[in-house]
Amino acid sequence: MVDTPAIELRGVARFFGERIALRNISVIVPAGATLAVLGRNGAGKSTLLRVLATLLRQHAGEVSLLGEPLPQRAFAVRGRLGLLAHEPLLYRDLSGRENLRYHARLHGVSAERVEDLLREVGMERRGDEPVRLLSRGMVQRVAVCRAVLHDPEILLLDEARANLDPGASELVEPLLGRASGRTRVITSHDPQAALAEADFALGLRDGRPTFSLPADQVTPEHVRELYA
Amino acid sequence: MKTALAILRKDLLLELRTLETLPAMALFSITTFVIFHFGLNRPTVEGQTAAGVLTVTLLFAGILGVNRLFVAEREQGGFDAFLLAPVDRSAMLLAKATALFLFLAVLEVIAVPAFGLLLLGPSLGPPLPSLIAVLALADLGIAVIGTLVSALAVQTRARDVIGPVIGLPLLIPALIATARAIGPLLGSGGPAPLPGKWLLILALYDVVFALVAYAVFDFLLED
Repeated sequence: MVDTPAIELRGVARFFGERIALRNISVIVPAGATLAVLGRNGAGKSTLLRVLATLLRQHAGEVSLLGEPLPQRAFAVRGRLGLLAHEPLLYRDLSGRENLRYHARLHGVSAERVEDLLREVGMERRGDEPVRLLSRGMVQRVAVCRAVLHDPEILLLDEARANLDPGASELVEPLLGRASGRTRVITSHDPQAALAEADFALGLRDGRPTFSLPADQVTPEHVRELYA
Repeated sequence: MKTALAILRKDLLLELRTLETLPAMALFSITTFVIFHFGLNRPTVEGQTAAGVLTVTLLFAGILGVNRLFVAEREQGGFDAFLLAPVDRSAMLLAKATALFLFLAVLEVIAVPAFGLLLLGPSLGPPLPSLIAVLALADLGIAVIGTLVSALAVQTRARDVIGPVIGLPLLIPALIATARAIGPLLGSGGPAPLPGKWLLILALYDVVFALVAYAVFDFLLED
C-alpha cells in the first residue's frame, strides 16, 4: 500500500491582481517530513503557507493535504493544521490564557491542555497578563501554544523562532521541532538553519520555483543563486 | 452553538476591557439629542417627529457599533484563527449579530431615558412596554444587516465609509417601519395602540435578512 503524502502540490499558482505570487509550484511532502521553503522577501513563502493553511485558494493547479483536495475539502483538514505566521493571531486586550481558552473552545480542546502548554513554554505565571503588555518573545511563546493547541498533524511555520531568545527557542523545540513528529513546512531567512532541520527544500524566487530537492542535495551554490 | 457562545463571550470580554464601542454609541446619541434640541428650535417633540428623531439617532449610533464589530478580527488576526478552526462559519454570524443586538439594547437603556429627559414632550412611562417591543424588532434587523455589512466592509480599505454607505440604504425599510410603529406611541394625547402593520413589516424584514445573511455569510469570510 502506498502512503498518502501529507502535502501534495501540482502546478500551483496564485495571483494578486496581475501580480504573480506563486506559479508552477509542485512539491510532495511525506507524512512526518519537513519541507523548508527558502527565498528572499516577497518570494511567495508566506503566500504558499496561507494556501496550505486553506486561508487562500490557489488560482491554478492542485493542492492536497492529508489526502484531501483543496479547496473543496478544506473543512476536512482545518483543525488538523497549525499555523504560526508573522501575526500571532492573538487578541491584544485578552490575556494569553484567555486567548488560548478561546482557541481551545473553537477546537474542542480541554482547558487542561492550555495549562499544560503554558507550563511547557514557561508562561504559566505571565499567562494572565494582557497580550499587549507582553514582550514580543513572550507573545511568540503564547502563539506557539495556540498553533499546537489542537495537536495538529501539519505545522506551517513562518519564521517561527522570530523574537525567541535561545532559551525560549529550546523551550518550544519539543512542540515545533522535528521531534514533534509532525509534518512541517518551515520558512526562514536563515537558509542554513532551515536546511539543517529539513528533509526537502523548495527555493522560490518571484513566486517561481528555482529548485525542489531533498535538503541534503541543496548546495551553497543553490542558496547563493536564490538570494543573489 | 458552543462556538457562537465562545465568540460572543470573547467579544463581550473585549468590549468590557476596551470600552471602545458602547461609550461612543451612547455619547453620540446623547449629543445628537442635544443637537436636535437646538436644530429644531423646540423644547420638546412628540408624535411622528419624536419617533423620527429617536429612530434616526439610534440608527446612526448603531452604525458606530457596526463599524467596530469586526475590527479586532481584522486587525488582530481573529479572522484567520477562526477560519483555521473546524467550526461552522455561521457561528461567527450568530455571535456577532448577538453581540451587536446586546450593544444596541444597552445603548437604548441609556439613550431612551436621555431622549425622554432632553426632548420628549409626553411621558415615557405609558408607551414604554410597546416601545421596547418595537425597538427589539428594530435592533434585530440592525444587528443582522449590520453584521453582514460589517463583515463585507472590514475586508476593504475604506471600511469606515463602506459600512454606512451600504448599510444605511439597506436599513431604510427598517427605519420607516420602526418610526411609523413608534410614532403613535409618542403622541401628545397619550399612547395609541401599536400599529400591527408596521410591526409585521419589521418582523418580516428581520426574517428575510436573517435568511439572506445565513445564506451569504460564509462567502464573505472565505478568500
